[in-house]
Amino acid sequence: MKNLLHNKNLRSQLLTYGFVIVAFAVLQLIAAGGGMSSSLKGMLVPICAYVVMAVSLNLTVGVLGELSLGHAGFMSVGAFMGVTAAISLQSAVPAPGLRLFIALVVGAVFAAVVGFLVGIPVLRLKGDYLAIVTLAFGEIIKSIFNNLYIGLDARGFHVSLLQDRTNLEQGGRLILGGPMGISGIQKLSTFLAGVILILVCLFVIFNYVNSRTGRAVMALRDNRIAAESIGISATRHKMTAFVLSAAMAGAAGALFALNYSTVVPNKFDFNTSILVLVFVVLGGLGNMFGSILAATALTILPEVLREFQDYRMLIYAIVLILVMLGTNNAKLRSLFEKLRRRRREEQS
Amino acid sequence: MNFLNFLISGVSLGSVYAIIALGYTMVYGIAKMLNFAHGDVIMVGAYVCFFAISRFSLPPLLGVLLAVLLCTVLGIVIEKLAYKPLRAAPSLAVLITAIGVSYFLQNAAQLLWTSNPKVFPSFLHFGETGGVELFGGQLRISYITIVTIAVCVVIMLALTAFTGNTKMGKAMRACSEDKGAAQLMGINVNTTISVTFAIGSGLAAIAGVLLCSAYPTLVPTTGSMPGIKAFTAAVFGGIGSIPGAFLGGLLLGVIEILAKAYISTQLSDAIVFAVLIIVLLIKPSGLLGKPINEKV
Amino acid sequence: MKKFHKTLALALSLALCALLLAACGETPAPQGGAQDSTPADGAVVIKIGGTGPLTGGAAIYGNAVKNAAEIAVEEINAMDGIHFELKFEDDQHDAEKAVNAYNTLKDWGMQISLGSVTSKPCEATSAETYADRIFALTPSASSTAVIELDATADPVTYKDNQFQMCFTDPNQGSASAQYIYDKGLASKVAVIWKNDDVYSMGIYNTFVARAAELGLEVVSDTTFADGNDTDFSVQIADAQSKGAELVFLPMYYQPASLIFNQAKAAGYAPAWFGVDGMDGILTLDGFDTALAEGVYLLTPFNADSTDARTVAFVDKYQERFGDIPNQFAADAYDCVYAYYQACTAAGITADMSAEAVCEAMIAQFTTMSYDGLTGDGMTWDATGAVTKSPKGMVIQNGAYVGLD
Repeated sequence: MKNLLHNKNLRSQLLTYGFVIVAFAVLQLIAAGGGMSSSLKGMLVPICAYVVMAVSLNLTVGVLGELSLGHAGFMSVGAFMGVTAAISLQSAVPAPGLRLFIALVVGAVFAAVVGFLVGIPVLRLKGDYLAIVTLAFGEIIKSIFNNLYIGLDARGFHVSLLQDRTNLEQGGRLILGGPMGISGIQKLSTFLAGVILILVCLFVIFNYVNSRTGRAVMALRDNRIAAESIGISATRHKMTAFVLSAAMAGAAGALFALNYSTVVPNKFDFNTSILVLVFVVLGGLGNMFGSILAATALTILPEVLREFQDYRMLIYAIVLILVMLGTNNAKLRSLFEKLRRRRREEQS
Repeated sequence: MNFLNFLISGVSLGSVYAIIALGYTMVYGIAKMLNFAHGDVIMVGAYVCFFAISRFSLPPLLGVLLAVLLCTVLGIVIEKLAYKPLRAAPSLAVLITAIGVSYFLQNAAQLLWTSNPKVFPSFLHFGETGGVELFGGQLRISYITIVTIAVCVVIMLALTAFTGNTKMGKAMRACSEDKGAAQLMGINVNTTISVTFAIGSGLAAIAGVLLCSAYPTLVPTTGSMPGIKAFTAAVFGGIGSIPGAFLGGLLLGVIEILAKAYISTQLSDAIVFAVLIIVLLIKPSGLLGKPINEKV
Repeated sequence: MKKFHKTLALALSLALCALLLAACGETPAPQGGAQDSTPADGAVVIKIGGTGPLTGGAAIYGNAVKNAAEIAVEEINAMDGIHFELKFEDDQHDAEKAVNAYNTLKDWGMQISLGSVTSKPCEATSAETYADRIFALTPSASSTAVIELDATADPVTYKDNQFQMCFTDPNQGSASAQYIYDKGLASKVAVIWKNDDVYSMGIYNTFVARAAELGLEVVSDTTFADGNDTDFSVQIADAQSKGAELVFLPMYYQPASLIFNQAKAAGYAPAWFGVDGMDGILTLDGFDTALAEGVYLLTPFNADSTDARTVAFVDKYQERFGDIPNQFAADAYDCVYAYYQACTAAGITADMSAEAVCEAMIAQFTTMSYDGLTGDGMTWDATGAVTKSPKGMVIQNGAYVGLD
């Protein structure tokens, strides 16, 4: 046991789990005591969704080492498929918790399938070319959902592209209406479900990183040629990470969409992909704990800045630039280094 | 005849993409960073020109010059404050800073010039229809398209000559090959990259003026979507390659218009991006890009 | 080195996080009208909140509503009787941000709401206002989903406390088709619409359905979307080659201005027909109004009207904000005055809870009749939809001319 705790990786992983659980407990206590503003209460579920988005993208960008600019595409697949599942099971599965669970799983599965299909061409490319192709796929997915119609009636599902040709029977329901998205969603997402999803994702990622495949992927990231020369198959290993990442984004999408009464395809555009990428870079590549913090901080920041009214988004931009400059500043870094060294000396 | 007309519309849209892509590719080729704020510098350039011409009634040429001048200065300032301190940082950090700069410019523009759309003055619009008519009026090429393509070609040639023959140009190419080695050869890498940004931003101003002449509506978000499309065009042609950006831009415009005309107006964006993916799969470094050779 | 960087980044974001959570988690103390709008004599001050896009691509609409609502509140506060305190929050035309903004307003102690400016965000906030029992009257969110509670129920049920100042989209689409048919403007019609926009699609759907019933032939049906809203050559060529005599444009005026421009260059001069989103085109900065000559539009508001209230409003708006108000602004101005009329009639007091105000407002709005800038004798039914007649206008010599 002592040995285990000395394992640095494991320690930081336990710390991450612990942080999430403690944060959840503290927030629940505050909420129970009535001390929480509606503003924060309303943000809990989206924060969870963005945290899952951030850790899942961190798997692609940090662990796999490939820049993805279309992560919101997977989120959108999860959101629309998950909500469609939740709506169609409205009468069959009355328990909201179970329905939410099914929706998250459906979202994750569909996103994983799309991730696999996208991964086949994407993972053959490298560097910025790979990045632009993920951007392209993100835009294609958005464009398809903007033209996709899904209806449900007694005869089953009807899907049509470009125009609403679902021809629903009496009593049928057009679930996804192209650019109109989905309306009249029952809110199923809860903070508890969000936190559980975060913990599950962290568990999956940490185990993946420690697994044989995970080590192979990191070897590929650090030196592809060396890794391939010792017989590591680049495509297969990269694909597992990419599909996992897509699946988690899908679950996050379903969680997010089921927190609002409406969702539209344009929500999951290039800007959302970029936003999630900002979380990842700010939190540190490969650093899941950092992603959690960054996603939380940057989701709350625009709300806190509401006091500045017209200047709100301007200040948000300035904060973003300053934080990037600050965390990469050589002087600040050396100051930090000094502090750290001093502390270590004191300890020893 | 319809097909030819669509082709011409495609070329005129493509020429606007091409001129934006030239700036993108220039900065990417040398500084190796995706400057996502490029589209917003374009917007600033267009606003400056708009105000110079419609509010202060300056002659159009002077307005364009003023826009180029101010955007160059803006480019230098952005580079000094936001990108230069990150020279040693990982490239993703610079990417995020560029996104921050992009948000900043958009929001500053909205505060300064409000969100109400402005209609850009049509100083490139001559005569009744504003274009050359062929075959008894069945085919029409607007002067804006002709000017845009001419400017594109001139800039392309000038940039090729500049990077090929001048001392600064050679220094730029050296930096793009290998920053460390360039420094050892006595090239001031910092200055070289700053000059690249200055040139890129000056080009952005011209692109902004031409973009808004062709499609005369101006809001603080005017630059963002054409910026992304032009970035796609630059990758399409092989990012870092100057003729590639020109070719990529033109092709992207033509594909977009033909997809709208013959397949579906609703899915045209999806088709454009699908073509991009297919091209990159066949030729992973773009149409005219140099293949990347990996050394062990 | 890398590790220090990481640690530093971590520490910074942790600090930021804690700070933000602390700043955001505080329950704000209810402010007892400490604003400058509080009259000295302790008159009744009601807190009105609203959300709309104040930044981003849709910022024109949000700012128009905010500006006009401010003017109305100022005018009302200068009079005796009920006074208002207005807080308007940015939602960036996004459902998620709109709910955040709404929650901020709730913390502030909002008693009645102006909903949200655009349709999708308003759909999201209307679910919240319905659950929280806060009365909402949106100036401009026109989709039916805003007021519907359950669209799948038979018959459709409606949110009882969600009202609209603008027409619903279906209403506009069928009214336009009817108008074109009644006046015999054309028999072959083209439609260009924005296929990633709820507003445009809502009008398009009912326009096409009504046109089919009336025997109007839709010969050309083309779209555009956010990313490619600059080049319309294909759409125009399609309408032209299929011989459309009239082009219906269910969209806002900004893309419409480009369409007029490019159609002229292509030598295509059909009759144009717009909806309320077209209002504002004449005052577009730098727009050559000759391009819009002969454009028909159905709009409830006319900034050129000689009606005394409209003139006063337009003058005041222009003086304060430098622009001519559009119909979003007029609808918002009407919303605040409608609230003034309803609150006065119901005898609302400042200490009433939002829920009590809500019940009183429902009773008022379903029974009262209101005269405003966007129409006389407006009434609301229990669904929350407004009844007012759109005015047919045609643009002649750079100005609206009313049609009968």
